[in-house]
Amino acid sequence: MARENLLQRADEGGIPSSDTARPAASAHVTIRGLTKHFAEAVVYDRFDLDIPRGKLVSVFGPNGCGKSTLINMIAGLVPTDGGEILFDGKPLRDIKFGYVFQNYREALFPWLRSIDNIEYPLKLMKLPRAKRRARAERLIAHLGVKIDLNRYPYELSGGQQQLVSILRALVVEPEILFLDEPFSALDYEMTLFMRDQLQRIFVETGTTTVLVSHDLEEAVYLADRILLLSRRPATVADYVRYDAPRPRTDATMSEHEFVRIKGHCLDIFQREVRKA
Amino acid sequence: MKRSSIDPFLPVAGVIGLIVLWYAAVWYRVADPVLLPSPTDTFYALWKGMTSGRLGFDFVRTVERTILATLIAAAIAIPLGIFLGASEKLYRSVEFVVDFFRSTPASAMFPLFLVLFGVGDKTKISVAAFGAALVILFNVAYGVMNARKTRLLAAKAMGASRLRVLTDVMLLESLPQTFVGLRNGVSLALVIIIVAEMFIGSTDGLGFQVFESQQLFAMPDMYAAIFAAGALGYGLNLLFLIVERRFVHWSGK
Repeated sequence: MARENLLQRADEGGIPSSDTARPAASAHVTIRGLTKHFAEAVVYDRFDLDIPRGKLVSVFGPNGCGKSTLINMIAGLVPTDGGEILFDGKPLRDIKFGYVFQNYREALFPWLRSIDNIEYPLKLMKLPRAKRRARAERLIAHLGVKIDLNRYPYELSGGQQQLVSILRALVVEPEILFLDEPFSALDYEMTLFMRDQLQRIFVETGTTTVLVSHDLEEAVYLADRILLLSRRPATVADYVRYDAPRPRTDATMSEHEFVRIKGHCLDIFQREVRKA
Repeated sequence: MKRSSIDPFLPVAGVIGLIVLWYAAVWYRVADPVLLPSPTDTFYALWKGMTSGRLGFDFVRTVERTILATLIAAAIAIPLGIFLGASEKLYRSVEFVVDFFRSTPASAMFPLFLVLFGVGDKTKISVAAFGAALVILFNVAYGVMNARKTRLLAAKAMGASRLRVLTDVMLLESLPQTFVGLRNGVSLALVIIIVAEMFIGSTDGLGFQVFESQQLFAMPDMYAAIFAAGALGYGLNLLFLIVERRFVHWSGK
């Protein structure tokens, strides 16, 4: 099925496709007419996209096409110049979301112990201390995290720090989780480990997740849908479905389906790069 | 490796070297013995002065003035620095004024402050506070302005209000730089206080003691007062470093 879809998409030559056919994957986030300029550059011009509920969407595209800008606009960290972004028809301020930055070192608060970092968003929600601790501990136990969280972030390894970042994003039980190249500052060994941690978290929580990645292998490996963006102004070059069962493992990456999807994405990517 | 066992004693080597050189200079009469007393005489004067003589009293007076000046400077400069640093536009608009007065030797302000506060402690302390405040202000404002953008965004993404971002993130982000300002500020305050004690109608303080001993040709006492001032400067710096390590444990990490 997925393969058929893929072939069909490829034939269409990457025309943006809205995904409303499957009721199981109803749109969680709807983006309509999104427009963004940086000085003279048009980054997005009347951009439309649906993000399906409970799925992990990877965003991949040429350098500087606005991958991070897209999730930053969805998460309200960068203002838009036009258009509408709704979460089940609600604006951002009515929902809870989590955001994980690439630079965990600068995103965590070094003056707080790791556990207090994780609890900080609950503090902002004015939860009493005991409840904060209970919720953080429930999450930590649920995900089976084995880090000494009484340490300060700078006492942890890079991967552990990013895991703390992810826990901090998850502790509010977000409706949607954004990750901006979360593993690109880690070494390869740690990246592989963290990919599986993220996959496990995704399987456990089923939170709608948007992941910006500059690593195509990672983008495909983790995704239910791979959003391929064109050069500026960014359009949907393709929105590829990848349905391999989870948990995916190293073996998944040598499966025919994986190789095929990755190859297809690479073709689209290179076509977009050459367009310049 | 033997290195690790020797390491703690390395700083002592310089001290011993200096004292040996000093004895040699006295022995070979490099300088007039009246101008350069032996280390023994000097340290005896220092010990006697600090334990039973006037020097201990002068030391305490200088400490009081320096600490008071630094406290006044910090009380004014830290809130003002946060206020100015929180808005880059605001800081840019006063930056020249701050830099100008920061670059003006504080000692040049003595005549003005004398007119304002008369001959007394008020003048000494306020000039020292003035100099220290500008140094602290500059550092605090930069600490706030240079708060990591990602950290501010992270707080915003978690739903922190502007006030929460200021109190929970910017303030703590600026702490390492604030301590740099406090250390520089207290050093400057000490310099100004010592100078003021020498020349601005004083009857006590280390500066007064240095000057008075020199006038009376009591050279061991003069050197003793100089060493006391040096120890005070070093001690204050060390004190702030220890407090910083304790409270800003993440500094430089």
